[in-house]
Amino acid sequence: MSENFNHAQIIKDPEDNYKILGTRPVRHDGVDKVTGRAVYANDVQLQGLVEAAILRSPEAHARILSIDTSEAEAHPGVLAVTTSADFPDLGDKVANLGEGPVNLAHLAANCLAKDKVLYKGHAVAAVAAQNVHIAREALDLIKVEYEPLPVITDALEAMKDGAPLLHEGLLTNLVPGGGKAETPSNVSDHHHFKRGDTEAAFEAAHIVVEREFTTQTVHQGYIEPHAATAHWNQDGQLTVWASTQGSFSAREQTSEVLQVPISKVKVIPCEIGGGFGGKIPVYLEPVAAVLSRKCGRPVKIQMTRDGVFEGTGPTPASFMRIKLGVDETGKMTAGEAWLAYDTGAFPGGVIGPGVMCVFSCYDIEHANIDGYDVCVNKPWTKAYRAPGSTHVAYAIESVVDELAEKLEMDPIDLRLLNAAREGTKRVDGPVYPRIGLIETLEAAKNHDHYKSPLEGPNRGRGVAAGFWFNIGLKSAATAHVNADGTVTLLEGSTDIGGTRTSISMQLAETLGIAAEDINPKVADTDSVGYTDITGGSRVTFATGLAAVEVGKDIISQMKGRAAKLWECEAADVEFSDGVFSQEDNSISFKELCAKLNTTGGLITARASVDPQGFTNGFGVHICDLEVDVETGKVQILRYTALQDAGKAIHPSYVEGQMQGGSVQGIGWALNEEYLFDEKGHMLNPTMLDYRMPTALDVPMIDTVIIEVPNPSHPFGVRGVGETPIVPPPGAIANAVKNATGIRMTDLPMSPPRVHSAIMENGNGTS
Amino acid sequence: MGKKIHVSTTINGEAVEFLCEARQSFLEVLRDTLTLTGAKEGCNNGNCGACTVLMNGVPVDSCLVLAVEADGAEFETVESIATEEHLHPLQECFLEGAALQCGICTPGFLVSAKALLDNQPEPTEEEIRFELSGNLCRCTGYDKIVRAVQTASERMKEVK
Ligand code: FES
Ligand code: FES
Repeated sequence: MSENFNHAQIIKDPEDNYKILGTRPVRHDGVDKVTGRAVYANDVQLQGLVEAAILRSPEAHARILSIDTSEAEAHPGVLAVTTSADFPDLGDKVANLGEGPVNLAHLAANCLAKDKVLYKGHAVAAVAAQNVHIAREALDLIKVEYEPLPVITDALEAMKDGAPLLHEGLLTNLVPGGGKAETPSNVSDHHHFKRGDTEAAFEAAHIVVEREFTTQTVHQGYIEPHAATAHWNQDGQLTVWASTQGSFSAREQTSEVLQVPISKVKVIPCEIGGGFGGKIPVYLEPVAAVLSRKCGRPVKIQMTRDGVFEGTGPTPASFMRIKLGVDETGKMTAGEAWLAYDTGAFPGGVIGPGVMCVFSCYDIEHANIDGYDVCVNKPWTKAYRAPGSTHVAYAIESVVDELAEKLEMDPIDLRLLNAAREGTKRVDGPVYPRIGLIETLEAAKNHDHYKSPLEGPNRGRGVAAGFWFNIGLKSAATAHVNADGTVTLLEGSTDIGGTRTSISMQLAETLGIAAEDINPKVADTDSVGYTDITGGSRVTFATGLAAVEVGKDIISQMKGRAAKLWECEAADVEFSDGVFSQEDNSISFKELCAKLNTTGGLITARASVDPQGFTNGFGVHICDLEVDVETGKVQILRYTALQDAGKAIHPSYVEGQMQGGSVQGIGWALNEEYLFDEKGHMLNPTMLDYRMPTALDVPMIDTVIIEVPNPSHPFGVRGVGETPIVPPPGAIANAVKNATGIRMTDLPMSPPRVHSAIMENGNGTS
Repeated sequence: MGKKIHVSTTINGEAVEFLCEARQSFLEVLRDTLTLTGAKEGCNNGNCGACTVLMNGVPVDSCLVLAVEADGAEFETVESIATEEHLHPLQECFLEGAALQCGICTPGFLVSAKALLDNQPEPTEEEIRFELSGNLCRCTGYDKIVRAVQTASERMKEVK
């Protein structure tokens, strides 16, 4: 492409000679998406469809004394009203839902509150009516009597002795030990890892820096509100059309909350308008299902935007204390982290990965980590792109920067000296396989951006590194080989950012055919094998692996057909580059497809995979910015994201992940936060007031892809989706320091915060 | 609720009539009554631009237009951007340049970008960013969207 698409620089693995991988075909679902024809969850139209609306709590913490729905039920046009009384009693049942154990009572009580509301916006009741306007009128007719309880929104306050308890009888899970604390508190989990002797190591250290940081609640901010449609048929079969990151997970959650057999639930995944971790839990599906059972019609619910902000799972606010010591050469010798994340209303947040990620970029001999998940009266927090990692990266990367300054060392050199590499043991235990942090840091150091001078008042440059895993989990795929030489591929991973294509390309590479000859479909839960969520940067990696296995199955079946044609043994047929051969015989994949019908019929192949172990991706970002000292506004001038991405299957979508994640991280760093009043009411539940970055707020985001292959994937694929959100707040904070001399230890670095920091510290010109 | 109101309008060059309630937005009628679901609802209060359509040639958030205001007006929606046989250069460039990930914002961006290029065939990067700043995208970081509009502008110039 000669034109201005301006692709990333790619630092390739020298062994790489793929034909399809690394090219940039147009995505298979593209035309539907640029013509408005793609069907998202709110686009579903069905015979007899009715609409529903959700009543949300005006209190952040209260006991529900009574709910009277009689007037709402009598309102003309209303077809059904539901409350948690229509859900089965789930006791304390815990189910393993693919990504880990989930307390079903909490899951259900978050869909519709049981005897207490735990946050402002907590769903309390729902109404189905002829249209959404009538449903909303009826919500006003539902009478709920609340007994207000003390509200607590800050994790540190909630940890104090004598703090009001959200869940009486909640005993802290102790990780990794496995036990429970003895007295109830708001702390749902305490993670503790220790190695070596930190006390002695800090004592012996040349320089020690210790700082405290805070971050606020932020939302994933997907542009499509949650939406679900359910139809409970008279034969007991429940069909759900959902905007979900995992149709199988949505099916399990719905079947568990409603206690109906899983075989009775079918989830049809619609196109999904963004998720970033926020569309894994169910909120609407069980509610729509109960309403449908009650009124005998399909029921659609689309959340309002304030419902999305107040009633779904943002990612937690945090308090972090980091202490890091180095010797004279800059070698990190001791590290200590004390972290408290709020989980919101129910136990179980993202402190686990926070603890794993905090020192993940560095090799530190003596370390001590304590991390707490704490319940407060805010929405139940959920994953947001590299959940838990961005918080700690902001904190540790700020401290590393300060150490570099004190050591008078280049900040990249200091990171290179201490960088994790193959064989480094993370503080929580795992030992790294082949990783690419060193290569990524070196690429950053050699990048034109880092080498070019930055001039002008109140301008500064910052760098930061970041880490995220990619998980394996289960994926399945089925393929039908067609007589015209094309392959129809059914897979179960909902496609949020072009994964139909990145998966198809891996099958095409395996079969030696064009990406366009694969016709991928995201199938419903009745039509493809079990597949875990789209999340954890796993789809291109694990579902891609399933596609490769399907390809191998196709090849072996087709070798049998070639053997039939040539009257030889299948074992003697070779396959390479899309051609089957045996001695003087040879036939292309396409030609052989044309002969399938006469050699035993068309071919179907399938694979299920469950790759074990973990791999990792590292990112390093460089940011130049200017601070307006009059207003405190930070303008990003230049931004470069570099990442150890493994083999980039479709580089445009890898770049896209890096750019999109960077801009989400920029928003988190500079502006985004939930503002709460003392009653626990969110003050800014609109997109205007929550204020995510617009096109005008950011520059082009330059990208460099460093292809360090992942040893546990046949093509070396690593997950790339999540890492890019991790470095930006650290990189920006370090740049603000260089621009103004002020180290910002609270996110977001919004104009009022930066401005008052400047006022406190003099005029800030550097 | 009152009686329904009769509205006559023009959508994508076709005369259209519909009945609506006074409280319904044009977006709602477009999507639910006329089944033109290309325009998306992201916020329903004018903050996100996913519902952008052209009203008498001007981009508007259709969630902020009352359905009754459609009477006598002319609209173009994302469904009208391609011809029967060909995608519009903007659509081509969005695809070739990977300017969409989840795609929920794409219809709104295409409509806004088309209005921009119709009025200003060779916009600068700054002008593109300014004109598209009423459309939110959470997936792409805007880089590839801006480049797709730049490339479409170049392509349209060559064709002329
Ligand atoms: S839905 Fe109209 S601007 Fe968001
Ligand atoms: S592509 Fe997802 S919001 Fe723009």
